[in-house]
Amino acid sequence: MVAIAERPTEEQTLESRHSIIIRFGGESGEGVKSTGELLTQVAARAGFEVLTFQTYPAEIKGGHSIYQVRLSSEQLYTEGDRLDVLLAFNQEGYDKSYEELSADGLLLFDEGNVTDFHYPQQGKRHVALPLTRLAKEELKFELGKNVVGVGMLSGLFGFDVEPINRLITEKFTRKGEDVVAKNKKAFEVGYRYIEEIFPDRVNYHIQTPTTQRADTIIVGGNQNLSMGALAGRCTHIFGYPITPASDILEFLAAELPKVGGVAIQAEDEIASMGMVLGASYTGRRAMTCTSGPGLSLMVEMLGLSGMAELPAVIVNVQRAGPSTGMPTKHEQGDLNMAVYAGHGEVPRIVLAPVSVDDCFWRAIDAFNLAEAYQVPVILLSDTVLAVRTESITRPDLSKIKIVPRLTFDPQDSLNGKNGETLNPNQNANTDVSATGNASESGSIDNSATGGTPGATPEVIANIAGSELGQAANMQNDAKKVNDGEGDEVDLEIAARRGYELYQRYAITENGVSPMSIPGQAGGQYTSTGLEHNEFSRPRYDVASHTKMTDKRARKLAAAVKEAPAPYRVGDPTAEIGVLTWGSTAGVAHEAMDMAAKLGIKVDVIAPRMIWPIPTAQLDDFIASKRVVIIPECNYAGQFANLLNTHYRRDFVRINVYGGAPIRSSEILAEIQKANDQH
Amino acid sequence: METIQQVKIVERTTEDYKSDTKPTWCPGCGDFGVLNAVYSSLQMKGKDPKDIVAVSGIGCSSRLPFFMSSYGFHSVHGRAMPVSTGIKVGNPNLELVAFGGDGDGFAIGAGHFVHAARRNLNICYVIMDNNIYGLTKGQASPTSDVGFVTKTTPRGSQDVPLNPLMLALSMGATYVARAFSGKPKELADMILKGMEHPGFAVIDVFSPCPTFNKVNTFKYYRDEAIDLPSDHDNTNYFQALERAANHDPYYLGVIYENKDKPSFEDHVFAKVATELQTPEQVLTDLFKKFS
Repeated sequence: MVAIAERPTEEQTLESRHSIIIRFGGESGEGVKSTGELLTQVAARAGFEVLTFQTYPAEIKGGHSIYQVRLSSEQLYTEGDRLDVLLAFNQEGYDKSYEELSADGLLLFDEGNVTDFHYPQQGKRHVALPLTRLAKEELKFELGKNVVGVGMLSGLFGFDVEPINRLITEKFTRKGEDVVAKNKKAFEVGYRYIEEIFPDRVNYHIQTPTTQRADTIIVGGNQNLSMGALAGRCTHIFGYPITPASDILEFLAAELPKVGGVAIQAEDEIASMGMVLGASYTGRRAMTCTSGPGLSLMVEMLGLSGMAELPAVIVNVQRAGPSTGMPTKHEQGDLNMAVYAGHGEVPRIVLAPVSVDDCFWRAIDAFNLAEAYQVPVILLSDTVLAVRTESITRPDLSKIKIVPRLTFDPQDSLNGKNGETLNPNQNANTDVSATGNASESGSIDNSATGGTPGATPEVIANIAGSELGQAANMQNDAKKVNDGEGDEVDLEIAARRGYELYQRYAITENGVSPMSIPGQAGGQYTSTGLEHNEFSRPRYDVASHTKMTDKRARKLAAAVKEAPAPYRVGDPTAEIGVLTWGSTAGVAHEAMDMAAKLGIKVDVIAPRMIWPIPTAQLDDFIASKRVVIIPECNYAGQFANLLNTHYRRDFVRINVYGGAPIRSSEILAEIQKANDQH
Repeated sequence: METIQQVKIVERTTEDYKSDTKPTWCPGCGDFGVLNAVYSSLQMKGKDPKDIVAVSGIGCSSRLPFFMSSYGFHSVHGRAMPVSTGIKVGNPNLELVAFGGDGDGFAIGAGHFVHAARRNLNICYVIMDNNIYGLTKGQASPTSDVGFVTKTTPRGSQDVPLNPLMLALSMGATYVARAFSGKPKELADMILKGMEHPGFAVIDVFSPCPTFNKVNTFKYYRDEAIDLPSDHDNTNYFQALERAANHDPYYLGVIYENKDKPSFEDHVFAKVATELQTPEQVLTDLFKKFS
C-alpha cells in the first residue's frame, strides 16, 4: 500500500478543477489504448465521470493513434476542447497533439522518446517520465510500462489508491498472484515517482464528486447500441464488416446465440439486407449494421422493405464520406441519404441517438417502430459515439417496453374482418421510449405454425364452404378481385377458395395492416416489390397506386406521434436556441453551460426522430426563438436544409466538415455573436 | 431441439397448390411445364401450403410464386438467395423452393449463388434457363451461346457462357441436376428429390422462350439434350464435373448428389445455446462485465 500525502484542502488547490483532459499519443500498438483504457477504469473506480475519445490510423499496423480521457466530478457531454495533460509515448505523440495543449498545459513524455521540441513552449510545462526505464530496469517488467504510467497519473490527479488496488486485483487475479503483485508494484512505483518529482501536483487534483453515480458502467456507443438491440428483442443480425460498425456484428455474434438468436456475416451489404428482409418476413426482429458505403449498397433493399412493408432495422454508424472517405473519422453526412435514398417514394423512419446512453434506448425504439409500422428504420449513429466510452448509469431494464408486430389472426378473416374493423391502435403504444412494464421473454419459437390460435386448415376449408364463408367470399367477387390493371384472377378457382380472405395490405385508418407469418393457415400471400392491391396481387392502375401510396404515407403520420421525446436542456425562455442532432447535441449542451457562466441564456433541443420531422416537438422552438443556431458536422447543413423543407425561416448554420467533431467553443462563439446582436 | 411431431396425413391434389392467379406467361412458354412439374412435386410431397415458401427474384420465371397457393416472396433482381437465407434462418422448418431465370440467377445473382452453394443452404433452387432475358424483351444472358444475336449484342454475344452446373458443383452444391420443361415428369421427380435433399439443391431447367429466343427452342433441346447414361455415378464428383461440362449433348438428370454434408442451417443452429437465457439475463451479465 502506497503512502500518499493527505488529500489537498480547498485552500491548497490553486484552481478547483472539476475536470481534466488527458490525451495519450503514440504508435498504434504500443500501449496508447491499453494505458488509456486502464486509466479510464481507474478513474471510474475512483468515483469520477469519464468520457473517452480515440482515433485510429486507417492501417492495421503502425501509424499514430491517440486515446483521450476526460475525467470529471460532474456530468460530461463531450471529449472537451484544449488538453490539460498530454502524455506522448513518442515523437509523433508530441508532433500531432502538442498544439492542442492548453496555454498552461502539462506535457509528459516517455524520457528519451521525444527529443525535438519544435513548437513554441510558452506557458506549457514539460516533464520527462522514465516510463521505460522504470519498467525495464527497476521492475524488470517491461510490459508494466502502462501500469507505471497509470500510477504516475493517479498520483498526479490525486486518486484514492484503495479502489485502484482492488481493480488491479480484479483484472489480473486469473493470471495468478504474482502477476497481481507485479502490477501493484508497478502502479506503486509510478505513484511514488510523481510524489517525489511533483511537489505541486495538487494543481492537477480533481475535486471528488459530491454525489456519486450509482450503478455505473463504462461502455462505448457501439456496445450500448448492441445491448439495446438485445433489449429490443432483436434475434437476428446479418451484417458485413465495415469500419466503424463491425463491433456491433461481432458483439451480437457473441451474445445473440445465448438468447436463441442468430448472427450471420453475409457476403456483402446487399445480401445482408436481403437476409434481414427474409428473416423479417418470417416474423423475426432482424437488423443489420453498416456505415455510409454499406448503406449506399442497401438502398434497393430499403425500397423493397418500404414497398412490401417488411419491418427492418438498419444501423448506420456514419463516417466521413463521400465514397470510401475517411473510415475512422467523424461526419454527420448521411442524413440526406437516410431520409431520401431510394427511387420512388420509400416510407421509412430515421432516428438519431444523441449520446452513448441514448444508443441503448433508441435501439429499442428502432425495433418497436419498425415492427409497429412495418417500415425500415434507419438508426443514425456516428464515429464519435461509436468509439467513445463513457460512464453512464446502468440502464434500468424494468423500463424497457416492447411493441410487437400487428399480426394476422385467421379468425378475423373468417369473421369477415380484413383489418378494416380492427382497432387501428391495437398493440401500438403512444410511448415507445423507456417506460412501463416488465419485458417479455425473448426465446424463439421455431415451429412452423407460428403459434397463432384459431383456424386449422380443416376449419378454414369447412368454413369456406359454409354460409359464413360464402358471405365472406362475396367480398372477393369479380368486381373486387379483378380490380384494376394487373395479374388476373381465375374466378373459378377463386370461388372455391377460403384463404384469399386475407388482405395483407388491408386499408386501415393508421395504414398498418395485420401481417401474417409463414406457417399460419389462411395467411398466404406473395410479398412483392411490385405495386399491389390489398391481397398483394400486382396492380398497375391509378387507383391502386394512389390508394397504396396514401396508405404507406399514413403510417408515417401515425408513427411521428410516437417519436421519442427530444433531448432538451437549457432555459426554455431563452431567445437564443441551438437545434441539432446526433452527437453534436452533447457539444451544444456544453456550449450552453459555458454560455450560462457568461450570463447568456440558451435553449438547446435535439430531436431523436429525424424523419418524419417531429414538427409538434419543434414548431414552438423554431417559431419563437429570435435566433436558431444549427450546428452539424457536414458541409451542406443537411439537417437545416431538411427543416427548411417545412419551416420558412433562416437558421444560423455552423458547418464543420474536416473529420473532427465540432467543438463547444465553436458553438459558443456563435451564441456570443447572437447575444451581441441584441 | 428435436420434438416428435404428429404428422397428420392429408390427401392433397395439385389443385391445392395452385393460386387463383392466371400465369402471366406467353402461350407456349417453357415455364408452364415447370409450373406443372412444381404442382406435381408438391402434391407428391404432400406438405401443407402454409408451410411452404416460394422465393424468387425478378423476371418472367420469377413470377412463379404468384401462381402458387403457398407463401411467396417476389424479391428484387438477383437476390432470391439472400432472401431465402434469411427465411431459412428465420424459420428453418419452412419448405423453401426458390425460382428464377438465368439472368436473375447468373448475371446479377451470380455472387449470391456462389455463397448459397458454399453454405449448402437447405433449399431447392429451380432455374428456368431460356438463355435470354425475356421480360425485358430479348437481351443476351450469361447462358446465351457465343454468337447469339440480340439487340444488345448485334454482332453476337462473345462472352463464354456460364455453366450453371459446373459453377454449382465447384462451389459446394450437394444436389445438382439438369432438366427440360418438355419433360415435366422427370422434372417433378427431380424437384421432389431436391426438396427432400438436406442441402443446396440446384436444378437448371431448359425452359425455352418462344417469343424472343429462336435458337434455343423446344426442338433444339429435344435434339441437344439427352438423359445421363445409365452408368453415371452421381456420387462421383469428378465424373459429375465432366458430364456437367458437356454441352454436345447436354445431359439431363441428377448429375451429383451428396447427402452427407451438414447444411447451413445445421451449422447456424448448432451455435445457438442449448440452455437459453432471456435478454435481461444476458444484459445483467454484460453490465457486470462493464462495471
